[in-house]
Amino acid sequence: MSRISRRSVLKGAAAAGAAGLITGPAIGQAQYPNRPVTMICPWGAGGGTDATARIVAQLLEKDLGQPFNVVNRTGGSGVVGHQAIASAPADGYTVGMLTVEIAMMRHQGLTELKSSDYAALGLMNEDPPGVQVSASSPYKDIKELAAAIKAAPHGKLKASGTGQGGIWHLALVGWLVAMGLKPDHVAWVPSNGAAPGMQDLAAGGIDIVTCSVPEARAMIDAGKAKSLAIMASARNPQFKDVPTLNESLGINYSVGAWRGIGAPKAVPADIQAKLTASLKKAFDSKEYQDFMNSRGFGMKFADGAGFAKFMADSDASMASAMKAAGLTKA
Amino acid sequence: MDTVIQAFGLVFAPDVLIAIFASAVYGLLVGSLPGLSATMATALLVPVTFYLSPIAAVATIITASAMAIFSGDIPGCLLRIPGTPASAAYTDEAYAMTRKGEAETALGICLWFSALGGIAGTLSLMLIAPLLAEMALSFSTYENFWLAMLGLMCSTLVARSSPIKAIAAMLLGLLITCIGIDNPGGVPRFTLGSTDLLGGIEVIPALVGVFALAEVMRSLTERDPPKLENRRLGSILKGQWALTKKYPKQQARGNLIGIIIGVLPGAGADMAAWVSYAMAKRFSKTPEKFGTGHPEGLIEAGASNNASLASGWVPALLFGIPGDTITAIAIGVLYMKGLNPGPTLFTSQASSMYALYIIFIIGNIIMIPLGIIMIRLASKVVGAPRSAVMPVIMIFCAVGAFATAGNNLFAVYCVAIFGLIGFVMEKNGYPVAAMVLGIVMGTMVEQSFVTSLIKSDGSILPFFSRPVSSVLAAMTFGALLWPVFVWATRKLMAQRPATA
Repeated sequence: MSRISRRSVLKGAAAAGAAGLITGPAIGQAQYPNRPVTMICPWGAGGGTDATARIVAQLLEKDLGQPFNVVNRTGGSGVVGHQAIASAPADGYTVGMLTVEIAMMRHQGLTELKSSDYAALGLMNEDPPGVQVSASSPYKDIKELAAAIKAAPHGKLKASGTGQGGIWHLALVGWLVAMGLKPDHVAWVPSNGAAPGMQDLAAGGIDIVTCSVPEARAMIDAGKAKSLAIMASARNPQFKDVPTLNESLGINYSVGAWRGIGAPKAVPADIQAKLTASLKKAFDSKEYQDFMNSRGFGMKFADGAGFAKFMADSDASMASAMKAAGLTKA
Repeated sequence: MDTVIQAFGLVFAPDVLIAIFASAVYGLLVGSLPGLSATMATALLVPVTFYLSPIAAVATIITASAMAIFSGDIPGCLLRIPGTPASAAYTDEAYAMTRKGEAETALGICLWFSALGGIAGTLSLMLIAPLLAEMALSFSTYENFWLAMLGLMCSTLVARSSPIKAIAAMLLGLLITCIGIDNPGGVPRFTLGSTDLLGGIEVIPALVGVFALAEVMRSLTERDPPKLENRRLGSILKGQWALTKKYPKQQARGNLIGIIIGVLPGAGADMAAWVSYAMAKRFSKTPEKFGTGHPEGLIEAGASNNASLASGWVPALLFGIPGDTITAIAIGVLYMKGLNPGPTLFTSQASSMYALYIIFIIGNIIMIPLGIIMIRLASKVVGAPRSAVMPVIMIFCAVGAFATAGNNLFAVYCVAIFGLIGFVMEKNGYPVAAMVLGIVMGTMVEQSFVTSLIKSDGSILPFFSRPVSSVLAAMTFGALLWPVFVWATRKLMAQRPATA
C-alpha cells in the first residue's frame, strides 16, 4: 500500500545527484567492470585447473558484481588456451588461468609465448609432485625405492603421470638427476594425465607415478597405491604422513605445478590493480580456503609483481631442468 | 536396513527433489540443442552445485547427464544432428525411421530403452560394483589397445556400403586424429604452424559437420520430399512393450555391453553405442534391414549408452578414476562436497551411497514422462517446411560448435570443412559414420599401442601373454578372419556338389 511520496522522490534525486558528483570524472567511462568478463581456462572441464578457475571466477563475480564466465579453450597441451589469453583484447574483459606450462612450452619449441607476454594478476595455487607406488610393491619407503632405482638397469623401471615433457615428467627427471643418475634412467610412459597413470599403476603396468598427492588421493584411499614422498620444501598439512625428499633422502629438490590469473599484457594498470585486489580477497575468503582444502590443493598467493617474478623464476628453473633432461628443442 | 531408510530420507527432502526436477528439465533442454553435449550441460552446472547440499549437488549431475544423453538422440533422429558422439552410431538409422514417417517410434525406442538401460546400469552399480571395479583395474594399456582395435572393426559393420569404402573412410578418420600435439610423443604433427591445429580436431565439430551440415547441403540439391501428411504423432510408448518382448536378447546384450564398456576407464558411452550397434547387426537375422529404419540396432545401442553412463560411476566412486568426461566433473563435485571417492564411501557413508542409487533410479523413471513432453514439442520440427528448418540448423551448427570449443571460431571453420568432406563422401558412397568412428577411437589406438611398447621395451609379447589381453586379441583376430572363413566354406560348399 505504500505510496511514492514526494519527499522520497526528492531524496532519491538528491542521492543520485550526489552519486553523480562523486563519480563525476568517471562519467562516460563507466566503472570497471560494467559487463560480463570471460575467464579462459586452457584445460578441460572437470580437471583441477578447471575447478580452480571456476571457484576463483565465482568469488570475483561476488566481489566485482559482474559475471565471470569460465570458457575452456583446450588442446595442444595448453598452448591453444594460453595463446587465446595473450591475444585477447586488452580491455580487462578477458582474463585467464596461467599454468606452469607457460614456463615450459617455449623451451620445447611449441610456441613463442612466454610469461612476460601477460599482465600477471595473482598466483593462486601451487602443488608439489609426490612419489607414488603401487600398494603391492615391495618398497616400504622412499629410501628403499631410491636404492631400487639405483640398482635397476637403465630403463628397467617405468614411471608415468602426464604426457611426454609434462611437469610431472620433469619432476621425475629432476629427482633422478639430483640422485646422480641419467635423466632417462627410469623410462617415462606418457599418459593423458594423472588419473590414467594412477590406474595403470594399480593395474601393474608401471612402477612409479610422480603426480601430485591430491591427484593420487582416491587410489591411496582405496588401498591401491601409497605415496612415499613429496618433492617440496615442507610437508603438506593435508597429508601429514608423507615426508619430503629433503628430510628422507637429503635431496633438496623441489618443483611444483602452479596456477595463477593473468591477462593480456596491455590491460590498463588501474584495472590490473583492481583485479589483483579482488584476487587477494578471493584467496583469503573462507570459501576458497575450504574448497582448496577439500580437494587437497596447495595454496600460495602472490600479487601482480610477485607473480611476475615467480613466473620468471619458474621459467629459468624449468629451462635448466628441461635442458638437463634433454627435453628442450635445440 | 536403517541406512536404506536414512537414504530415502536424504533423497525425499524438498531441496533434493526440486534439484532433481529442475536439473532434469535443464538436461533435456541442453541435450536437445545440437552441438551442446551432455558434458557441457554438466560442466555448466558445477557453479550451481556450490550452493546445494551434497546429495542435491550430486543429484543434479546424475539427473542432468542422463537426460542430456537421451535428449541428444532427439535432434539426431529428427534432423540428423547427433547431440553427442554417443548417439552418432545410430543417427542414420533413427533418421531413416523419421523419413519413413516413424519418428515417434524411433524416439519412443530411444526414450524407453534409454530408461531401461539406465536402470540396468544402476543395478550393476548397486549389486556388483566391487567386482566391476576389480575388472576395470585389470585393464592396462595392452588391453585398451585390443579394445580400441575391436572398436575399429565395427566400422565395416555399422556402415551400409562396401566394406572397402567403410575401411577407407575409417582410415581417413584415423589420419585426422594424427593432427595436433596430443600424441604420446608430444610432437606436433600436420599443424602447419597454426596454434589451433596444434590442439587437433575435436570430435564434436567434425560430427556436426559431416552429419548435419552435409545433410543441409544435400537438401539443397534435392527437391522437397512429398510433404508428410499433417497428423498428430501417435502414442510414443505404444508398441514399445511389444518391442521389448520381441527383442529381449538385443536389449540384454546392449545392457551388458554398456555396463562392461562403461566401467573401463577411457572407453565411455560413445564406444558402447558403436559396439552395440555393430553387435546388433552382426547377430541379427535380418542384417540387410539395418540402415533403412530398423528398430533392432536402435534398441541395442540406445540401451547400451545409457547403461554405460551409470556403470561409468563405478571406477569414479571407488577409485576416483573417471570413466568419461561426465564422471570426471562428478568426481570434482564429490570432493568438493566431502563425499571423497574411495571404498570408504561405501562403508562410512553408506546412506549417501544408497541415496545416489535411489536418485539414479528416480532420474531414469522421470525421464519417461518428461521425455514424452520433450519429444512432442520437438517433433513439431518434422512438419515444418524445409526452407525454414535448414537455415536454423546451419545457425545451430555454427553456434553449437563455437560454444563447445570455448568460443573459438576455428571450430566453426572445422564444421564447414567437415560439412564439405561429409557431402562429398556421401555422394560417392563412403559412410561418414565410419570416419567418425576413426576420429573417436584413433587417439586411444595410438596412445595405448605406443605406451604399451614403451612399457615392454619394444616387445609385443605382453599383447598376447597377459590373460585378459590374450582373450581380446583372439576376439580381434577372430573378427578379422571370420569373413575369410565364411568365404572359404562357401567356396567349398559350392564345389562339393560339382565334385560329387
